[in-house]
Amino acid sequence: MKNIVIIGGGTGGTIVANRLARRLPKEWSIKVIDPNVEHLYQPGLLFLPFGAYDEKQLLRPRAQTFEDRVEWIQEGVSEIDTNRKSVLLSNQEEIEYDLLVIASGARIRPDLTEGLLDEGWLKDRFEFYTLAGAKELRGALEKFEGGRLLVNVVEMPIKCPVAPLEFLFLADEYFTRRGIREKVDLRLVTPLDGAFTKPIAKERLGHLLEQKKISLETEFSTARVDGASKKLFSWDERSVEYDLLVSIPTHSGDSFVERSGIGNELSFVPVDPRTLAVRGAEGVFALGDATDAPTSKAGSVAHFQAECLTENLLRIIDGKSPEATFDGHANCFVETGFGKALLIDFNYDVEPLPGHYPLPGVGPFTLLGESRRNHFGKLAFRWIYWNGLLPGRPMPVPTQMSMRGKQRPQASM
Amino acid sequence: MPSQIYAGITVDVDHEGFLVDAKQWTEEIGEAIAQKLGVSLTPAHWKVLFFARKDTEAQGQSPGPRRITTATGIQMKELYALFPKGPGKLVAQIAGVPKPKSCL
Repeated sequence: MKNIVIIGGGTGGTIVANRLARRLPKEWSIKVIDPNVEHLYQPGLLFLPFGAYDEKQLLRPRAQTFEDRVEWIQEGVSEIDTNRKSVLLSNQEEIEYDLLVIASGARIRPDLTEGLLDEGWLKDRFEFYTLAGAKELRGALEKFEGGRLLVNVVEMPIKCPVAPLEFLFLADEYFTRRGIREKVDLRLVTPLDGAFTKPIAKERLGHLLEQKKISLETEFSTARVDGASKKLFSWDERSVEYDLLVSIPTHSGDSFVERSGIGNELSFVPVDPRTLAVRGAEGVFALGDATDAPTSKAGSVAHFQAECLTENLLRIIDGKSPEATFDGHANCFVETGFGKALLIDFNYDVEPLPGHYPLPGVGPFTLLGESRRNHFGKLAFRWIYWNGLLPGRPMPVPTQMSMRGKQRPQASM
Repeated sequence: MPSQIYAGITVDVDHEGFLVDAKQWTEEIGEAIAQKLGVSLTPAHWKVLFFARKDTEAQGQSPGPRRITTATGIQMKELYALFPKGPGKLVAQIAGVPKPKSCL
């Protein structure tokens, strides 16, 4: 019996497991290691603080997400040994692998910012990147009657880089509907040099912040939080005050990555950006938020990577070499509030461009333009996620980013 | 393709002034860019710049501030003193490597 072991039953790990389940030769077994009994639909966490979803809609028993052939082991991982080709579970059991896929995701690390978890945490400082955190923030938003609401991105990379902006757009709508919008001062504090850094996106969307009266503090790298004075301080001693802080903390990979000595400075696993092979470890691949691939940490990326990786794993099993097929493709719906959203579609080499997706002209989704259809697309996606994407069914969009339907930028000479 | 002249040499740049081809860079060009951006280069600066170039070549992406501090041993506060406001971006500009990536 040969073993494929997948660490992590999130989006990427589950899609790979289910796609392999249908095509792997009989002498191979597929094991997914994940300690959590429920699968969380992370894109829903953005909406939960505003009361739009409750947690039942965002969770499914993990056992229900796998094809029968997949063996799910409900344990954590203590350490992996890429020389011995084995995984040590938290219950001290050892599992050997012939092929290993690291799909253990990324987690928030508020502990890495001085003062963030001190006095005031869960009173006037919150996060929405965990289910528990999003629920706490929901309570805080209900009670918020006015003042400065700061959304702070501490450090890159983060999961879903557009979520901080989406949160502010939704907050603009939420407080408007409550009739207290003029009492709330919404501000994004980011280490990036703009809310939009890509030129065409900036040109098309730059007006949104001004239109929604959301202010911006850029190139602010948070060094510490002072809960007593309710201030954030940057590494170059600038400061900004808050009444309510929504923090998007530093992210890191799973702790076993660090224990196993295979991660970078934030415990993300270095991979070949196109084959997803982990350098220096035979038979080991990684996908999704767990890697250092220079594209967004997003579900769509995990999905497109899973499609490429499945094919590469099957090639290896067939005695062939993996191919450099993953192109960095990502696409993301960006909620802009009041029933509208926009869609961006890009890859390693092409920035988000305007146009229609996936079909030229017909769409039905507009790229880099607000529409109600995009908003419904984002909401409808939850059904597609559980019933199509996660089971590993083919999606009606190409794996690699296509230029079809996109308006090419003017060549600048 | 827009271009700029630094230290008498013409280099290709993107719309923000980042070098498009890292191989066109020389130390003199680095000095000239730094001068234009108001940064006086000391040995500590050069340690960071050389690391950034080496790391970009090896990793295929330019290093962010945390990666720079971990590798060079320079503390974050000092890094911000050397390269004010956005070390990731400023280091990349002077070192002739691409701007650190973001999606939107």
